[in-house]
Formats: sequence, C-alpha cells, structure tokens
Amino acid sequence: MSLKDLKNGLIDENPTFVQLIGMCPTLAVTTSAMSGLSMGLATTAVLIGSNLVISLLRKVIPDKIRIPAFVVIIASFVTLIQMIMNAYVPALYASLGLYIPLIVVNCIILARAEAFAFKFGPIRSIADGLGMGLGFTLALVILASVRELLGAGSIFGLSLFGAAYKPALLMILPPGAFLALGILIGFKNWITKKRALNSQGEI
Amino acid sequence: MSIFTILLSSILVNNFVMSRFLGICPFLGVSKQVETAVGMGAAVTFVMAIASAATYVAQVSILDKFGLEYMQTIVFILIIAALVQLVELFVKKASPTLYQALGVYLPLITTNCAVLGIAIMNIQMELNLLESVVHAVGAALGFTLAIVLFAGIRERLALADVPEAFQGFPVALITAGLMSIAFLGFTGLI
Repeated sequence: MSLKDLKNGLIDENPTFVQLIGMCPTLAVTTSAMSGLSMGLATTAVLIGSNLVISLLRKVIPDKIRIPAFVVIIASFVTLIQMIMNAYVPALYASLGLYIPLIVVNCIILARAEAFAFKFGPIRSIADGLGMGLGFTLALVILASVRELLGAGSIFGLSLFGAAYKPALLMILPPGAFLALGILIGFKNWITKKRALNSQGEI
Repeated sequence: MSIFTILLSSILVNNFVMSRFLGICPFLGVSKQVETAVGMGAAVTFVMAIASAATYVAQVSILDKFGLEYMQTIVFILIIAALVQLVELFVKKASPTLYQALGVYLPLITTNCAVLGIAIMNIQMELNLLESVVHAVGAALGFTLAIVLFAGIRERLALADVPEAFQGFPVALITAGLMSIAFLGFTGLI
C-alpha cells in the first residue's frame, strides 16, 4: 500500500509537472543542479516531518482550526531545517537564502497535509511525504540541469562542453526559468498525448 | 537608500514576480481577467503594507528584545494568517463581487510567498519602519503591474491558436518568460 503512495507522488501526481503547484521555489532556485537538489531535499525533509506529525495528531486537532495548526507544525519543521542547515552547511544556507524560510508557504506541503496526512495513518503519510518530496526534487533537478547545461555549460558544476562553448546566459537569468519550465511542461503534455493516442491505436 | 530609490527599485528593477519569483501562484492563477487581476493586486498591496508594519514591530519589540530571532518564521506566518482573515472579512462585507471573483485565492494570500518574503527581506535589509512599508508597497505595486499586464496578454492569448500540447499553463509560462526579458531591461536603472 505505501509503495503505491510513494510512486503516486513521484510520477502519477508529480507536484511540479502534473499538479503544477509549488512554483515559486521551482523557478527561483533552479539556477544550478546543486541548489535545485538541496532545495528539493530540504522540502522533502519538512514534508515527511509535517506529514508524520499531522497524521499522528489528526484525531486531536479540531476540524475548524486545522489550517492554523498545520501552519504552525510546518513552520516549526522549517525552523528546524533552517537551524540544521545554518549549522552544518552554511555555504548552501547562504546561497538558498530567503527561499529556505519560504518553504513554509510552499503550497505542496499544506496541500499534502490537508489532502493526505489529515486522513490517513502515519506510515502511509510518511510514504506520501517521501514520494511527493522526491517527485518535487526530481522535477527541480531536471529543470535545474536543463538551465545549468544551457546557461553555464555544466551539470552539478562539471563542465561538459569545454571552453569553446558560449553559454546562453539568459537561461540562468530569471526569464530562463519561465521559458524552460513552460517548454518542459509542454513537452511532457505532448508525450502524454502521444502515448494516449498510441495505446488507442493498438486497441 | 532614499525612499524613492527603494520604491523604484522594488517596482521595476527587482520586480517581485519577474525577477524574484515571489507570488507566482496568484500570478498564474488569478490572471485570466484584467478586472480580477486588479482586485487581487489591490488585496495583496493592502495585506503586504500592513503585514510589513506588523512584522517589523513584532521583530523589534518582541523577537530582538528577548533574543528569540529563531522564532521569526513561525511568528511572521501567524501574523500574516491573522491579517489575511481580517482582510477576507473586510472584502466579503465591502465588495461581495470581488470576494466571489477572488474565490479560493483570497485565503491563499496567506501562502503567497510575496507576503512572507517581504517581511523577512525587510528585516534582512535592516530597513526601518517607514522604509519597510514603502518597500512593501513598492513590491506590491510591482506585483500588481506584472499581474495586470499579464492578464491583458492572457485575455488575447485565449483567442490565439496555440499548439495543443502548449495550451493553458505552458504557453502562460512562456509568455511570462518573454515579459521577464522585458523587465530585465530595467536592470541598471538604479
């Protein structure tokens, strides 16, 4: 059962490419594959923690004040992550800057709390958090890799094309984020449609 | 920094939507009609101005005083949530049509990262109370400018012949990208 929950977030209901939520960090921190990956993992950690706690407290939290309760739980986990990152990976913390506290307002986390963790038990909620978090991470890494490859000629800081390559700087500037994500989602839609057509043809 | 510089830089040069990626959800969600976009812009401006003042006061008089800086995120988000509830009550009473049009996006201003973003940014930039409020109003006007322009384009876009796979969200993102290139032209203005 929980394996299905895991795959659900990773592929079927991928937060970025299918549900189209959590766009702010997706666009903002994907200038390099490394920062995309770390943002994704930080969000995953918060998502697992908040899903677990909310799921455990779901019988205790009154229905009417559940949203403020969720927000406080999420904010506590974000504060924790903030402190841990500040202590152990200060360079990364500085480079992600403002976007770490902004994990609080990432709609993915509140959406999973409301749609999943408040209804199901702790084990399934952890699996859902992990799946959604990794799905988000995967999307960030794909988008960031495309942007870094075109905009700087490298992936994870490894130069691929040699010195002769003239990077398209636009791709790591803000407009590149919009363009790259728009084209990636359009491409994904095209593949989905093509596959649907093919399977119809076989029948 | 003078007040005027803060205002101009937050509206044009460091436009919240176009160069900082804050407030993308409402920017993409409530931008199908110019009228709703204007309403959303006004509501966000109002919330951001009050929230900056309130969070500034909370930071100086409570967090700094008692050495509780690490509670910043939690305290700020609670203040913003309470403010949004107030604004929601107000809009419901004052303009039921706008309330209908904004729909779910009104309570979602709480999770609009622009609001929490501006509150944290004000503290990081060490602005004083007046500068914070001006910065917030400027950023919110920049948000309104971007969302209204974008809504204008999208009204036309609805009639355009877009390849099937790119309809809706993807073409909206690409449009936003082109707008963002235009905003890039303001770099170096200040």
